[in-house]
Amino acid sequence: MGIVSRGFSGRRTGAEGKLPPGQYVTTDFPVLSAGPTPAISLDRWEFVIDDGARVLRRWDWKSFRALPSETVTVDIHCVTRWSKLGTSWEGVSLDALLADVKTDASHAFFRSYGDYSTNLPLKDVLNGQAWIAFRFDGKDLAPEHGGPSRLLVPHLYFWKSAKWVKRMTLMPQDKPGFWESLGYHIYGDPWREQRYSGDE
Amino acid sequence: MSSPSGYLDGNAAAGELSKIFAIDVTAAQGECGNCGAIRRFAEAHLYMDGPGVVARCSVCEHVLLCLVSARHSVFLDVRGLSWLKFDPAE
Amino acid sequence: MWRVRTVIALHDETATARTITLEVPDWPGHVAGQHVDVRLTAADGYSAVRSYSIASAPGSDGRVQITVERLPDGEVSPYLTQELAIGDRLELRGPIGGWFVWRTQQAEPIQLVAGGSGIVPLMAMIRARVSSGSMAPFRLLYSARDPGVVFYRDELRALSDGERSLMVTYAYTRVVPEDWPHPPGRIDAGLIAEATWPATLAPTCYVCGPTPFVETVADLLTASGNDRDRIRTERFGPTGGRK
Repeated sequence: MGIVSRGFSGRRTGAEGKLPPGQYVTTDFPVLSAGPTPAISLDRWEFVIDDGARVLRRWDWKSFRALPSETVTVDIHCVTRWSKLGTSWEGVSLDALLADVKTDASHAFFRSYGDYSTNLPLKDVLNGQAWIAFRFDGKDLAPEHGGPSRLLVPHLYFWKSAKWVKRMTLMPQDKPGFWESLGYHIYGDPWREQRYSGDE
Repeated sequence: MSSPSGYLDGNAAAGELSKIFAIDVTAAQGECGNCGAIRRFAEAHLYMDGPGVVARCSVCEHVLLCLVSARHSVFLDVRGLSWLKFDPAE
Repeated sequence: MWRVRTVIALHDETATARTITLEVPDWPGHVAGQHVDVRLTAADGYSAVRSYSIASAPGSDGRVQITVERLPDGEVSPYLTQELAIGDRLELRGPIGGWFVWRTQQAEPIQLVAGGSGIVPLMAMIRARVSSGSMAPFRLLYSARDPGVVFYRDELRALSDGERSLMVTYAYTRVVPEDWPHPPGRIDAGLIAEATWPATLAPTCYVCGPTPFVETVADLLTASGNDRDRIRTERFGPTGGRK
């Protein structure tokens, strides 16, 4: 850390409620991307679950939106240090999507339209911890925020909540995704401040 | 004001890249490993707001280079570039 | 890498833009077009980094200037344009950049095209031309929203009246001055044909401004016959993930 800039505090506001270590609350919703916003037509959108060899489930937009959805209010924490509290999302839970899928996979690898990817232990997307979200704050999810739909896994750093998600591959072992291959933590628990690989 | 195109160019990443490269990278020419386009790094599309710096080919948007400043180290991935040619005399 | 620099002068260019002069006693020198990174750190360690083009010509006696435009929902620019005071210190990294530069040895015609605050690095080039005595023919096409947001107007007027004159053309996109011969509008092929060096002179072109502006102008310059290799670009935009 260098000098302190007199009178500078940045965009942060005071924290209400407990924040993970090193985080600041924001009232904006920053758009962070590793690439261009993909143009995804709803006619061709699909979400696929496969096991690496076979497609297990496939939904187009119509069949996806016919599934039961939930509205949840969660806090989200970005590894770039901003947190947004009390965000409201509507989506289909991964529990519903995996309801009839029998697997002994331990991990899941998510791919997005564009070339983004991320990885998670399968147990971290079950039991009410993850959704494929298509509405934010009562409105359709904007493309720059991941619309038409993104993965939402609020208990981990938000880079795991892959925008423009399209495919979930069930895996017998972990495989690092986009940021995990570039030095970010393989798991990413904000409460243990697991930002980078090597963090305990 | 928000940038509708969402990207800057190689010039914007030069400061971060100077952590590793002693020579200015913006003037270097590079070949995209995906489409073969040869361009100055200054022309690459830069996405810098996220967890790291991502430089993409201005022709095909393939990732050329990624840089992440972690706690004590800097990760650099250049596998999207076939080569980078520096010409300090230029 | 990061050096602490002291603010020694502040000058408002417009209602929303300010030139900051910093004391840089051991400056290694810079080339017109280069920029610096500025880092601000809050008391709790939170920091933000932004890039700003150097506005001053090379060789300005241990001083360096940047011109910062205040963005409406910016995080750093409101601080730099409103809070920062003489005597305050900033952390600087640089000078940075080796492609979007004009070197005083370059003798060919130079076409500068600025969109909004993109004028800053181009002004450094214009000032470098003056201080070096270069005879290179320069033209500037400067696109701005309205006359109130133009930077360095008096200096540009003085330079375009002088002997080795600089040809300056303004293009206003929203509001034009009284008696202006054109309605407000963006730069188009017609204006390129009217107000820039013909491509047959093989000028080196420098285009700076917001990304969409740069893309449009670079395409127009290519379409009018300029080699892509002779068009150098620098895209400005908000950073910090704001929306």
